Amino acid sequence: MSESAIRLRDVHKRFGPTPIILGVSLDIARGQRHAIIGPNGAGKTTLFNLMSGRFPVSSGSIELNGRPIDGLAPHQINRLGLSRSFQITSIFSRMSVLENVRCGLLWSRGYHYSFWHLLGRERALNEAARRLLDDVNLESRRDVPAGLLSYAEQRALEIGITIAGGADTILLDEPTAGMSRTEANHAVELIRRVTAGKTLVMVEHDMSVVFDLADVVTVLVYGEVIASDAPAAIRANRAVQDAYLGTEAH
Amino acid sequence: MSESLLDTAARPVTAARAGGLLRRHWAWLAALAIALALPWLLFDWTRARHSGFGVAMLSQMGMMIIFALSYNMQMGHAGLLSFGHAVFFGLGGYCTAHLLNTIKAGGFWLPVELVPLVGGLGGLAFAIVFGYVATKQRATAFAMITLGIGELVTSCALMFKSFFGGESGVSTNRVVGTSLFGLNYGPSIQVYYLIIAWTVIALALMRLLTETPLGRMANACRDNFERAQFVGYDPRMVRFFQFALSGFFAGIAGGLYALTYEIVTFDTVAGGMSANALLMTYIGGVGTFAGPVVGAILIVLLQSWVSLLSNSWLVYVGVLFILMVTFAPGGIAGLVLMHQPISRRGRMGRLAVPYARLVGPSLFVVVGFVLLIELCSFLTIGASQGKTFTLAGATIHPKSAVPWAIGALLLGGGGLWLWREGRRARSAWDAVMEEIKAAAARP
Repeated sequence: MSESAIRLRDVHKRFGPTPIILGVSLDIARGQRHAIIGPNGAGKTTLFNLMSGRFPVSSGSIELNGRPIDGLAPHQINRLGLSRSFQITSIFSRMSVLENVRCGLLWSRGYHYSFWHLLGRERALNEAARRLLDDVNLESRRDVPAGLLSYAEQRALEIGITIAGGADTILLDEPTAGMSRTEANHAVELIRRVTAGKTLVMVEHDMSVVFDLADVVTVLVYGEVIASDAPAAIRANRAVQDAYLGTEAH
Repeated sequence: MSESLLDTAARPVTAARAGGLLRRHWAWLAALAIALALPWLLFDWTRARHSGFGVAMLSQMGMMIIFALSYNMQMGHAGLLSFGHAVFFGLGGYCTAHLLNTIKAGGFWLPVELVPLVGGLGGLAFAIVFGYVATKQRATAFAMITLGIGELVTSCALMFKSFFGGESGVSTNRVVGTSLFGLNYGPSIQVYYLIIAWTVIALALMRLLTETPLGRMANACRDNFERAQFVGYDPRMVRFFQFALSGFFAGIAGGLYALTYEIVTFDTVAGGMSANALLMTYIGGVGTFAGPVVGAILIVLLQSWVSLLSNSWLVYVGVLFILMVTFAPGGIAGLVLMHQPISRRGRMGRLAVPYARLVGPSLFVVVGFVLLIELCSFLTIGASQGKTFTLAGATIHPKSAVPWAIGALLLGGGGLWLWREGRRARSAWDAVMEEIKAAAARP
């Protein structure tokens, strides 16, 4: 077994003639909290979509826990222990909050496509769903249709769904986007708590969140990694300052 | 109705809960009691026999309820719009007809009571084959594939005579003498009670299915298939399993059809029957479990009763469908659900007057519309059939201007009046809902 949770080797991605990712190689160690930053259009979300199997890579290879995953479908990658959230909130908005996290739990608990279990009778499952809601502070909202939650609550629910399956590698795409300072601080606390002991990769624009949470920061500019280091070193890095930190007001 | 089922269906039924079960499912139990009693209310005492028309209509309602609910497993629960659902209904029917013939010939033994199950297994087998192809896609592509499968099977039904019997279909005889209860199923009333039993079983099973991991993930894939992928589910497999099980229940309905009519022809697999499933489900309401049940009852009523009275009953079904899709996309069940929060807070009284005021203009519109359609029909089809248009003893001449003017006036004037009253009723509903929301927001 390798030490890397995720290993990218010379990954390229083109949409038609347009290159978006131009040869990214990256190692994300197990248990690391890894932030990917970069100006708009740098390809951060695309990189996420490649890692989670939403898009196929044009060339190069991606490994999850030492296993090649390029060419696998999203649900197959998810079953190997990688789970992700979306930049634009992606939940089951017509279902209740409890049912949302329960959907996140089903596969990993072995229910698969079962049509012979009645969900209401699965005590351990419902207990786990309730505990999970407790973790993301939504226990009091469990019977509310998810679409009626506030924005910050929906983001918390999405994190709940993302971690529900017990994946050991968690990808969060801008988890605090659109939040107020206070909401963002709560979200950071929540993320820190629920991803303890797991590998966390996140795309984030909010620099205070990045430097607060991350062990390693990777800077992506126009589809290339220009630096990948500890937060303090990134702050001091001249190339990063030129390309990104100093010039853009984030 | 469906809300109350949602809670109880999944919990263990203990003696202490039996009372609660009764209270929560009272609507279903009442419907069952009515279904059991209706043949006796329609009983022809002068001739001391059952009303053949009544029993036939009720039997059709039973099988159509199963058919519509099985369609809703795709349409409502999984968001899959199918134009070929009759394939599994009809093929279930053909399988059942052949099975009955085999039993009759002594080649196989199975109690008549379990024969519809074989229709279900036939539907399941074909749904596995066709579903494997159709569920590769979703949304519009899925709809197109199912349309193609429907056309394919319909043309096969006319080509492969050994299985489908060509245009004359496959005839059978349900009196095979293998009943578990010593019944011969000669009288159609016996078949009706068998249909009720199967309707209850199929309905309960389909209801329970919505509470299983598969049922829940079907909803999840309908609402957000991408999210479903990222919690480990292959949406295609969810669609496939849901499709196959839906075919199973459609096949049971087809099996009951074969038992009832003792003949299965190619129109059971054809587009008209598929459209029926869509109409029943949509008019009843796709958003709830009970909706298609209501839709099936209503459409069968229109088909068998209104078709006796009028040549143009299909026009009425079509117009009803367009009106429902336009003004009440949630169907009849959706209209009921709209009023649930209001009735729960005991404020239905506020709507009584505005709703009562809708009755007059609605009557005008309906009478005007029906008059115009019937005039058209008597001018064309009716004339060729040599029928005359009589209303309350008086003969109406479709070639004179007066009835046309009356019809147009009723429809036009009533329409305007209905439009005004409709707006008033709508704003009354809005006002009550606003009050309820304001009251809920107050601590």
